[in-house]
Amino acid sequence: MTHQATAAGPAAVSPKTAPAPAAKPPRKRSGRKGGRWTPWLYLLPALVVLAALLVYPIYQLGLISFLEYTQAQVSGGEPTTFKGLGNYRELFADSQFWQVLLATVLFAAACVIATLIVGCVLAVLLTRIRAVPRLALMMAALGAWATPAITSSTVWVFLFDPDYGPVNRLLGLGDFSWTYERYSAFALVLFAVVWCSFPFVMVTVYAGIKAIPTEVLEAASLDGASQWKIWRSITAPMLRPILVVVTIQSIIWDFKIFTQIYVMTNGGGIAGQNLVLNVYAYQKAFASSQYSLGSAIGIVMLLILLTVTLVYLRLLRRQGEEL
Amino acid sequence: MFRVRRPWRLFAEASALVIAVITAFPLYWMVLSAFKPAGEIQSTDALPWTLNPSLDSFRRVFEQQDFGRYFLNSLLVACAVVVASALIAFLAATAVTRFRFKFRTTLLIMFLVAQMVPIEALAIPLFFLMRDAGQLNTLWSLILPHIAFSLPFAIWMLRGFVKAVPEALEEAAYIDGASRTRFLWQILFPLVFPGLVATSVFSFISTWNDFLFAKSFIISDTSQSTLPMALLVFFKPDENDWGGIMAGSTVMTVPVLIFFVFVQRRLVSGLGGAVKD
Repeated sequence: MTHQATAAGPAAVSPKTAPAPAAKPPRKRSGRKGGRWTPWLYLLPALVVLAALLVYPIYQLGLISFLEYTQAQVSGGEPTTFKGLGNYRELFADSQFWQVLLATVLFAAACVIATLIVGCVLAVLLTRIRAVPRLALMMAALGAWATPAITSSTVWVFLFDPDYGPVNRLLGLGDFSWTYERYSAFALVLFAVVWCSFPFVMVTVYAGIKAIPTEVLEAASLDGASQWKIWRSITAPMLRPILVVVTIQSIIWDFKIFTQIYVMTNGGGIAGQNLVLNVYAYQKAFASSQYSLGSAIGIVMLLILLTVTLVYLRLLRRQGEEL
Repeated sequence: MFRVRRPWRLFAEASALVIAVITAFPLYWMVLSAFKPAGEIQSTDALPWTLNPSLDSFRRVFEQQDFGRYFLNSLLVACAVVVASALIAFLAATAVTRFRFKFRTTLLIMFLVAQMVPIEALAIPLFFLMRDAGQLNTLWSLILPHIAFSLPFAIWMLRGFVKAVPEALEEAAYIDGASRTRFLWQILFPLVFPGLVATSVFSFISTWNDFLFAKSFIISDTSQSTLPMALLVFFKPDENDWGGIMAGSTVMTVPVLIFFVFVQRRLVSGLGGAVKD
């Protein structure tokens, strides 16, 4: 794939980024025609859209989480009242919330770890094989990557269906129902999640390994370094920035899983045993019309993800990336 | 570049092929089940092939459920989002890479942070926003939020592509008397276009896959539904119409697959470039 990367030319410095080359001295351009308002003019459409549909809703989410806001207020039957931290107090006193929070964290952690292991192992595997099997694995992975979350959910449920699915028959599990029990249901969702998210890790890490200059590796092995030593002193440090990026991205994606849980466990499992925060917030808000409680859960999620983001930013900065 | 001994390499290649087959299997099973006649799907003794492929499931999906209409709705929403977010992101990426101005770094950090916002949590306020704007049950209620959500990542991703266009080219254009607008659309835009394609994959997929907003904002007017909701109609506890579900899933997956194959090289090189720099 290296030749393609060079053929396409532009090196995208996206959030998935290795340390940037030394910063160029900033150039003054305010003197040129167009003046200093030009960048703001270019930014205007983006800022308007983001302000209206991202920033304002976040503000509203925070606001609703401090109000008494249920069906009665939505239909205008009762005036909205300010509840202060009342919703949060109610939420934190609910043992189900803590249970769901714990399940979300553990489930996301399991998904992230499984995805990273599968993705990295396969990325290394890709570097060791010839073009034909590599292309086969790459194509299969891209297919899994491209599959919409909702169709992958339906397909995986069907594969593990107790009556008509091929998996139970293959494993000789009879009519074992995967969605009936809590942990097997989570395991089933985990398979589907890992299946559609490992390709991103695999492709990115593979591209990262390919980007390590061959001369460096050859020089090291000429100097008599063992494979293990090469991995430890050259490959691993050069891959670290990429590993940080894929880990953080995976944490963010897997923490926010909604579709798979909702579809595969039919809205959160029997008696809510498979709820994760996102689905829980949705059920609170849209199924039982407790919009303020749903918003409070949303704010909790927002804060957790914001913390992850800040850690990410710190790591990026430590790597000395120029924004 | 790696000296791998032969038996090891053969073993590695064999396992790669096995993994490729396992990875492709769910998709194969989906398409296969979509073409199986009803009797074979409802058989407890599922075979990995079929000798009498039939289009019954597809016919049922398109006739009972008006899938064609939902398909067009989905396509319309996804294309609108791709085009709009690509243009807006291109302008914004140009601003943050080719100009130095106050708050530039702050803005960049904001774009990064914005990517982490759990958009699912915003379904609640967006629901009220769309209701107040009278846009519930219209495709706009899906298009507008998705433009906003795909922008931050698109801007980040495009930044590198815009940066890669040499400064000298810009100077030369101005010396030749080109205006800023002319440079932007006739020189920079075509050069950045491959990057726009790579970026558009992400906006296309996140929009096409959207299930939560489709479920929350299109509540009473089913003529405005998109594919995910239509698919779920076949999904009933205990008595799923698997043939219909798999046919619907196939219809929904194929466009994304085509799109992916189409932009696959650009995507991999875009990510590769992202990593390389």
